[in-house]
Amino acid sequence: MTANDSRTAVTITAAIASGQATARQSVMGSLERIGRLDGRVGAFTDVLAARALARADAQDAALRGGAVPGPLAGVPFAVKNLIDIAGLPTRAGSKINRERPPAERDGALVRRLEAAGAILVGGLNMGEYAYDFTGENVHDGDAHNPHALDHMTGGSSGGSGAALAAGMVPLTLGSDTNGSIRVPAAFCGCFGLKPTYGRLTRAGSFPFVGSLDHLGPMARSVTDLALAYDAMQGPDPDDPVAAPRPAEPVLSALESGIDGLRIAVAGGHFARGGDPEAFAAVARAAEALEAERRVELPEAHRARAAAYLITAAEGATLHLDRLRTRPQDFDPAVRDRLIAGAMIPAAHVERAQRFRRWYRTRVLEVFETVDVILAPATPCRAPKGGQTHFVLDGVTLPVRANIGVFTQPISFIGLPVLAAPIRLDAGLPLGVQVIAAPWREDLVFRVARHLERTGVSTAPIAELS
Amino acid sequence: MLETRTAFDPVTYAEAAAALLGLNLDPMWIAPVTANLRVLAAAAELVEDFPLGDEADAAPRFEA
Repeated sequence: MTANDSRTAVTITAAIASGQATARQSVMGSLERIGRLDGRVGAFTDVLAARALARADAQDAALRGGAVPGPLAGVPFAVKNLIDIAGLPTRAGSKINRERPPAERDGALVRRLEAAGAILVGGLNMGEYAYDFTGENVHDGDAHNPHALDHMTGGSSGGSGAALAAGMVPLTLGSDTNGSIRVPAAFCGCFGLKPTYGRLTRAGSFPFVGSLDHLGPMARSVTDLALAYDAMQGPDPDDPVAAPRPAEPVLSALESGIDGLRIAVAGGHFARGGDPEAFAAVARAAEALEAERRVELPEAHRARAAAYLITAAEGATLHLDRLRTRPQDFDPAVRDRLIAGAMIPAAHVERAQRFRRWYRTRVLEVFETVDVILAPATPCRAPKGGQTHFVLDGVTLPVRANIGVFTQPISFIGLPVLAAPIRLDAGLPLGVQVIAAPWREDLVFRVARHLERTGVSTAPIAELS
Repeated sequence: MLETRTAFDPVTYAEAAAALLGLNLDPMWIAPVTANLRVLAAAAELVEDFPLGDEADAAPRFEA
């Protein structure tokens, strides 16, 4: 097996199940590509070669002994470094956290993926404490977009998107509080799932905003994404937010098509304030899905403002002691936002939470007449690295605060959403959000798979020599 | 989202709030912190402008 054979999890598991490849070959291919390319990409902060090879050898021995290969047998994967990896401090993109004691065991989702046969090969770069949409990090260096190394990956799961786009691994995990899976998925041209709030356990991960935090998978194919998602579902008493619902696998219905689904495009807030290409990407997806209807998510611009307030306040509360004692050790851009967040009057935050209740009710009413809603993932293609401002609809705006303008109103009420990559031309990719009612991940997978099957949504590996 | 209606002096507010919170506000940080405060204040106004009934209490969970 060569590095190029590790393009998808499905390819790898098929090769291993048929005896044409071993888990060691799969992991070696991944490690070789990481070693060759990551100096320029900056996706990884930790590469776990010895651990991964030991697990691969153990798996190969078990398979030779007659064990049944798991659904992710031999699939190398990597996780955003806010997810616990046994033996490493969970740095969460920060300088401060790397002084923490090493994690005693892997995060819950790592354990679930490895129980399905996947093999962890490393920890991934991210924006400090996940308060980021760029993929830039002053402590570890920036992640670079493999499709154009002088452009941002998007964040905060920047390494998660970059590692996929560079073909280093076929599967990564990220976290999404306001868009941190969907933004790098769009900028790096891969698929990313932010599941329903409470669907996937967050146990063994470093938090940011408890009432908005989600973990989820990213991949270069919808089937790979479904394989990983199915392997990670199920209740977990270690995360008080994890829903006590049994697993509801999506893989078996992935090829069901879109017949009978009522699909609409989000208007209003989601149809302005972005580059024309962002809306063209949605239009291309809508055409492939024959989605002609438009729906309004009422007061989405206010939902975004409310998410902004809650994020700043809750995030600041989490970090207040560190802001008191070690403010100089933060990324300055993160520190300044957190300090301001600590100063928000409680009345403003409580009002935002009460608005959240109203907004949730109204949006759920929209889902009484529609099954799936499409919206842009980002207002533009990936900006240049270090770019601080961009012009959207003729207005100059700060990049960091506005990349998530279309993702924030969706995660604000925990809706499941799959970011699917769209390539309009030879330029950088864009993304479309495929959104459904709570607990209907099955629908967003079916729609994304249709987009993939019809060639509208593709996630090729970047051409890095 | 940068213009606020209320008479709001973010520098005075930031210095007073930092003292209350036990934060050491380096003079170099005042400009970026207050810039963020202005954005947050404008966001708060946008949310406050929306009328909510007394029964609209916060939902602790966000599922159907």
